[in-house]
Amino acid sequence: MSDIADRVKKIVVEHLSVEEEKVTENASFIDDLGADSLDTVELVMAFEEEFGIEIPDDAAETIQTFGDAVSFIKGAQ
Amino acid sequence: MFDLTGKTALVTGASGGIGGAIATALHSAGATVGLSGTREAPLQALATTLGDRAHVLPCNLSEAVEVEALPKQAIAAMGSLDILVNNAGITADNIFMRMTDYEWSRVIEVNLTSTMRLCRGVMRPMMKSRWGRIINITSVVGVTGNGGQVNYAASKAGMIGLTKSIAQEVASRGITANCVAPGFIETAMTDALNEKQKDGILTAIPAGRMGTGDEIASAVLYLASQEAAYVTGQTLHVNGGMAMI
Repeated sequence: MSDIADRVKKIVVEHLSVEEEKVTENASFIDDLGADSLDTVELVMAFEEEFGIEIPDDAAETIQTFGDAVSFIKGAQ
Repeated sequence: MFDLTGKTALVTGASGGIGGAIATALHSAGATVGLSGTREAPLQALATTLGDRAHVLPCNLSEAVEVEALPKQAIAAMGSLDILVNNAGITADNIFMRMTDYEWSRVIEVNLTSTMRLCRGVMRPMMKSRWGRIINITSVVGVTGNGGQVNYAASKAGMIGLTKSIAQEVASRGITANCVAPGFIETAMTDALNEKQKDGILTAIPAGRMGTGDEIASAVLYLASQEAAYVTGQTLHVNGGMAMI
């Protein structure tokens, strides 16, 4: 697993208090990991901070799963 | 009584009577304050009086770009933004039949839309720090209505709905949002009334007098405090009993 994926996973695990095994490629933050809409905003904020990028609101809306987050961040760097 | 040491507060309309009293009360409790308003000279004068921990942040609330920039400027000046007090407000009274679209939209823009923009601008830092206080200064007429003030009353009622909705969204993040609703307070706005008007108003106030800016500031200070952490989505009426809601 790439370094980016590891770092994203760490943020998700910490923020949503979920088991690491549950954070799979297609795991949806809201449907599978118990996030509410505010959690997803906070995750995006945490990604921005961790990776020093800016994720605009319209892009943030497309980040629904762990895999979405990793590929967006890879693309943004 | 309430300790705001280490907290940072942005107060709009700080050049006015109530805003100045609010800024002074928060500052006295230990907070660092950002004083915002359109007129820089009175803000400077207040900052000089307060001494340390006071920053002047001029802003024209009818200019969207300036409003969007204000929270960022406040954070740049103070390092964080824990407490937002939307106090600035204007009136453009007219009987409803004669009220122009301009009178309507100007009051809504400054009183309600700028409040929304500033609340939106502070969400991110408050969410991050898991602590925040939003205190919107509405008015008794936002609840009771007032002939000749259709625009003003609508803007103030709008602030109450906005505040309650924000309170619901972010309560789980340690952020509270409340309103303080002053009744008749001794300010330049009420000084403009003639004696007959003032006498008429006083008969409607059980306390038999107008309130002071300091009495509004005390309510704001309470809502800004750690002690008020469980109070959210409320409107605290400070009006000498003229409306008991």
